[in-house]
Amino acid sequence: MKIDEGTAAPPRRISVWCPDWPVTTARIEAGLEPETPAAVVTANRVVACSHSARAHGVRRGLRRREAQARCPELAVLGRDESAEARTFEPVVAALEAIAPGVEITRPGLAAIGVRGPTRYFGGETGVLHALSRGVAGLPALGGADLLIGIADGSFAAEQAARRGLIIDPGGSPAFLENLPIETLDPSGASPLIDLLRRLGIRTLGAFAALPGADVLARFGPVGVWAHREASGRDDRPLSARRPPVEFTVTLDLEPAVDRVDTVAFSARGIAEQFVTDLGAHGLACTCLELQALSENGEETVRRWRHAGVLSTVDVLDRVRWQLEGWLSGNHRPTGGVSRVRLVPLEVVPTGTHQQALWGGSGAEDERAARALARVQTLLGHGSVLTPVLDGGRDPGQRTRLVPWGDEPLPLHSPEQPWPGQLPAPAPSVLLDPPRPAQVLDASRRPVRVTERGAMPAPPELFAMGSDTPVAVASWAGPWPVDERWWSPESARRVVRCQIVDVRGRAYLVTGSMDDTPRWQVDAIYD
Amino acid sequence: MLDVAIRKPDGSTAVDWQHVGVRTAPPLPVAPALHTILPDGLRRGSTVSVAGSMSLLLALLGAASADGAWAALVGFPRISAEAAREYGIDLARLALVPDPGLVQGGWTTAVGALLDAVDIVAARPPRGRGVVPGDVRRLAARARSKDAVLMPYVLDPAGWPGADVRLQAVGGEWTGIGAGTGRLRARRVEVTAGGRGPAARSRSASLWLPAPGGGIDEATPLAPVIDLAG
Repeated sequence: MKIDEGTAAPPRRISVWCPDWPVTTARIEAGLEPETPAAVVTANRVVACSHSARAHGVRRGLRRREAQARCPELAVLGRDESAEARTFEPVVAALEAIAPGVEITRPGLAAIGVRGPTRYFGGETGVLHALSRGVAGLPALGGADLLIGIADGSFAAEQAARRGLIIDPGGSPAFLENLPIETLDPSGASPLIDLLRRLGIRTLGAFAALPGADVLARFGPVGVWAHREASGRDDRPLSARRPPVEFTVTLDLEPAVDRVDTVAFSARGIAEQFVTDLGAHGLACTCLELQALSENGEETVRRWRHAGVLSTVDVLDRVRWQLEGWLSGNHRPTGGVSRVRLVPLEVVPTGTHQQALWGGSGAEDERAARALARVQTLLGHGSVLTPVLDGGRDPGQRTRLVPWGDEPLPLHSPEQPWPGQLPAPAPSVLLDPPRPAQVLDASRRPVRVTERGAMPAPPELFAMGSDTPVAVASWAGPWPVDERWWSPESARRVVRCQIVDVRGRAYLVTGSMDDTPRWQVDAIYD
Repeated sequence: MLDVAIRKPDGSTAVDWQHVGVRTAPPLPVAPALHTILPDGLRRGSTVSVAGSMSLLLALLGAASADGAWAALVGFPRISAEAAREYGIDLARLALVPDPGLVQGGWTTAVGALLDAVDIVAARPPRGRGVVPGDVRRLAARARSKDAVLMPYVLDPAGWPGADVRLQAVGGEWTGIGAGTGRLRARRVEVTAGGRGPAARSRSASLWLPAPGGGIDEATPLAPVIDLAG
């Protein structure tokens, strides 16, 4: 029997896309005018910018400085993902008023199926009218744009929304044909896209023209997925595999909790169970229904769709986003959250996973991560930390500790040259806060540092804290540090010294440059 | 006990379980400079006590962590990520539990929970109270049954009774630094190892800890002067 793949047309969908949603949210939070050029910056890179900023040449991925140079009046804003979810909630509510089962990809992008409402409103034009009435004048949008697209299949609908187009039924393949191959993954991180580009496949149409079986043989399940998207055959049909009920996980909170972070912390266990249960059956979730119940019986139900597969962190993010919107919105429940339930709506098979001999890295990592999460539940979220190499001149600044499970990102790039930092080897123990020290000269007076960073009398005796001072065997320095002299609050003028005492212990000390010198130990070379 | 050796076609022994011991999991690797004192690496299931130097502890974790093992440090206030990386530790697989003592019995619980899944758990006993002998035995048994390495960091080499291997760093002679000149470049330390069973014979090595530029290296004595004329 020959199966004709083309006959099963994917369901028609409406996508709603708010461009530059992170900027819109941050701008509303900061109370700025819609026309103000604004950019949201994380880790010193622009992640989103407003239309007016784009007109000045600001682009995603620029450094903050560079963006400010191109547009001096640019408002630089920080990113607040929970606020993004919270502000998007009214838009979701407007969509929900038209049809149930709103699927949110991320704050700023959501979709609904079109079939039911089309019948109810008498044609797609009726749906569009109802939708425009629903979202027009939403105060939360603060004058931001909202684009609507209709097409067959969710990928095509998303692309249509980005261009504000309505694609005729059956027209999705033709619409997608001429789009560049990068459309599949705008972040540009996908190795598949890179490979396709190098193979000379530059449009979705060219990729779609390849035979499906050959794509599977050459590129694996990821390739097939992308191929189905590119050819306008929906990769995630609405009525697709409904996973059995036993993958649903429920968390009962007793007593009820009214803080988002507390719920998210407690939900970590079920999120992990949810992902591992599916993983154990070779499945991964692409669309998730999240239900939360308050102690007085109010309920929130949202569907979250993910472009890839949902990991534990992704699931937790969505728990946080949804509850943030629910607990702070207009329809806020009268009681705390008493139950959270995760229902997988659509699953896809993952690549075959084989454990290595002696429990290879995959299983090992999973096990270790779970043990650390367990210690965290015993001792608190901030008790288990992971070190991150950060940028900075002081050894203390170069180590940043982040709670386990948070993203271990440096605040500043450690790869920058950081002139004035101490060369290797680095001290092994840092003191936080620094401990006071006694650095004394031959006459047992604290060693003085002149305004120009010189030490008229060398250190002869040293002690940490209030110990009895011992003789200094050798020392190096003083190296003046003159940091942030432009800012009176955070300016720092000190000298650094390395001191080795007679017992062979080495310390990194800093001393202030004034007449009553204060010395402190910053780190120990233990 | 399994009494089989895997042999090569020519009859020579490839893997001798007698030598490896009952544990079938291979030991965790250590840096080449530490081979003189730990010829077989870190045996899984053992307790290795470390005294005298935090750098020695980090150096012991380095090669295993780079090889994919997980490590946790319990009760150490603040270690430097930079130094850890210089010793080869992969920071993504390093977890710190700086203050487990906030909850009653938190230290033992945390170390026990971590031994379940983390390959090397380095732990500094809480100040003052110490660890009761019962907990010492229980944690050693947990490490043995979970094939993990328990690495207590103690002030006194005899501070952890029942350790399979005791390592101690003594002395510390810094080079590169003078009276107001130069900077700290490297430190030469003597590391001695003793213990029970196969580790009973005491071994020692002279090491650069840290070596110039960071990390660990063997300190070779200066080459003897050879009389070319004779």
